[in-house]
Amino acid sequence: MSEVLDIEQFLHTERLPHIWCPGCGNGIVTGAFLRAVLDLGLVREKTVVVGGIGCSSRAVGYIDLGTVHSIHGRALAFATGIKMARPDFTVVVLTGDGDGAAIGGNHFIHACRRNIDITCILFNNQTYGMTGGQVSPTMDPGDRGTTAPYGSIEPSFDLCRLAEAAGASFVARGIAANIRPLERLIKQGIQHKGFSFIEAVVPCPTEYGKRNPPAGVIAMLDDTKARSISVTAAAKMTPDELRDKIVTGILYEDDEAPEFQSAYAAIVERAQAGAAEAPARPKQPAAPRKPRKTAPERPPARNGEAADASGLPLEGGE
Amino acid sequence: MAETHAGPIAVTGNEAVAEAMRQINPDVVCAYPITPQTEVVQLYAQMVADGAVDTEFVTVESEHSAMSAAIGAAAGGARTMTATSSQGFALMWELLYVAASYRLPIVMTTVNRALSGPINIHCDHSDTMGGRDSGWLQIYGENHQQAYDNCLQSVRIAEHMDVRTPVMHMYDGYVISGAIGPLVILQDEKVRDFIGPFKAINPMLDVEHPVTVGPFDGLHGWYFEHKVAQNRAMDRSFKVIQDVADEFAEITGRHYGLLEPYRLDDAEIAIVVIGSTAGTTRMVVDKLRARGVKAGMVRVRVFRPFPHEAYAKALEHVKVVGVMDRADSFGAQGGPLFLEIRAALYDSDPRPQVLPFVYGLGGRDIFPDNIEQAFAVLEETARSGKRATSERRYLNLRKD
Repeated sequence: MSEVLDIEQFLHTERLPHIWCPGCGNGIVTGAFLRAVLDLGLVREKTVVVGGIGCSSRAVGYIDLGTVHSIHGRALAFATGIKMARPDFTVVVLTGDGDGAAIGGNHFIHACRRNIDITCILFNNQTYGMTGGQVSPTMDPGDRGTTAPYGSIEPSFDLCRLAEAAGASFVARGIAANIRPLERLIKQGIQHKGFSFIEAVVPCPTEYGKRNPPAGVIAMLDDTKARSISVTAAAKMTPDELRDKIVTGILYEDDEAPEFQSAYAAIVERAQAGAAEAPARPKQPAAPRKPRKTAPERPPARNGEAADASGLPLEGGE
Repeated sequence: MAETHAGPIAVTGNEAVAEAMRQINPDVVCAYPITPQTEVVQLYAQMVADGAVDTEFVTVESEHSAMSAAIGAAAGGARTMTATSSQGFALMWELLYVAASYRLPIVMTTVNRALSGPINIHCDHSDTMGGRDSGWLQIYGENHQQAYDNCLQSVRIAEHMDVRTPVMHMYDGYVISGAIGPLVILQDEKVRDFIGPFKAINPMLDVEHPVTVGPFDGLHGWYFEHKVAQNRAMDRSFKVIQDVADEFAEITGRHYGLLEPYRLDDAEIAIVVIGSTAGTTRMVVDKLRARGVKAGMVRVRVFRPFPHEAYAKALEHVKVVGVMDRADSFGAQGGPLFLEIRAALYDSDPRPQVLPFVYGLGGRDIFPDNIEQAFAVLEETARSGKRATSERRYLNLRKD
């Protein structure tokens, strides 16, 4: 209870109740983030939270830290500017799968590539909840959205693999149904120097759940919990066993990867020392990426067994 | 929705447009969700999935991609439609110019919503006013019926050989898009006959006759002439818009012009307004008329091309004209509509006074009282016979 009161200092309580639907996981992730802020002793004056557009990004409206409610897809671009202007700030982006991976997908891969010291928490509910349940880039093939009433025929992104491949130096996944581990991952992500990506799997019973099994808030939470598996356990499993599983924990971490802001500061220092005195930096081959902590095969898509070669579900519509 | 209805049915504005799109049955629709437009393409996606239409429906990853895909489809030779609002419209901006300059007859529904920031999801006209110089034709509707009627007519206008330019048609977010109102639907075959078959011009998919679309032809190329050609198409479109409206009136009995005057013939004071607020204004005009005030109104239908001669003719006898803008042009003399109307009346002799009013930004309510206040300013100005200041007058602006 006291913890709840403690995080109230970081909430605009006068704006509550929030707009999220009953059973939505966004409040859980927001709470986990604020407890991380509390535990890490972050101060309001040096902490900036940037949101984009959508259900996830609505969180910044309730958070009493430095916040920016930016525009659709551009939260990471706003955050990059803030971090470059104030490297001493802790900069966190709260985004969603539509905001971060569709309209903002370009900024996402480039923020990863630069390895700038920003923490990006992506609320993955696999749909556009705010606008009524359209297909997002993380919707599993075969699942239904309002723009795919008989099932999506598009393959989905594994955002953690995307982040890792693009150059993020801390990649983790947690689920709203398992709060404490998620909170720890967020804390570790903020502490990590470099681009930290934390995918938080959240239930959207209102828009996703009403079209896709299992229906109901508790059933959705139970389902993600039942399907979640730790990264260490996953490493010992075959791709077939990993079918339908949500691998959680730190999927990739590299503490030595050069961070963008630091590299920028170093080059400024070198330039200001005088070009004549500064020796040209010898061209070096790119350092090999640190190998994955564990290398689970990409599990087949959920509902994969229900789809034919075209990806369309074999059974008829609802 | 059933195919024919004897009388009006109750629908949201978005449902009305989705129904028009079903009847148009375009070859390609590309779209991305954005409030308050989403319902249009969501309903349409259902129709596509149900096989009610033959359209290729493309769910893209942003509005920038939606308009890019629409350009590709239209250049390929497909009848193409899309829909958006607000930030989505803004994200399309660079492509709007491309679509217009390629002379692709794309039809886009734009449900008017305020632009960020701060973020706001409610109605004003700042989104499409920002695209007024993009080279698209712009047609504003007042209500559900007009949203449907304008959508159908837009296809004919855009595809007319004298125009061959994309058309966007608009209606107010929430007030029309989400609220339920009456709609009379045409029979499918009547729409089919009215729309006619699509005729592609130099389609890229005609592989026997390869074409290049939009290349750079150098500093000494034909860019300038190309722009003049676009403007000439705008000039020609006045007649096309009216001809299409007249033909539409023959099958529906609903008459449309470039603009819509109301009780204007003997008016001494008048308001010019866009969108759903015209309904409220009409009511206020009636109220003032009952009191003996010679009040009138003009509802803007076509904003691009702007029928300045028609406005001059309609308003030159009015003593004081109040222009109500639901968008602002920061740092300009007034909102976009004010600037147009004032310029249109410059050559009139005697020249009516034109006063700027700004209202409803970000969905701020506009009550009959607010419009009466505007009319009171016009009435007082007309009575005094003096020139009033041309500072903006804000309606229903909070004082504290």
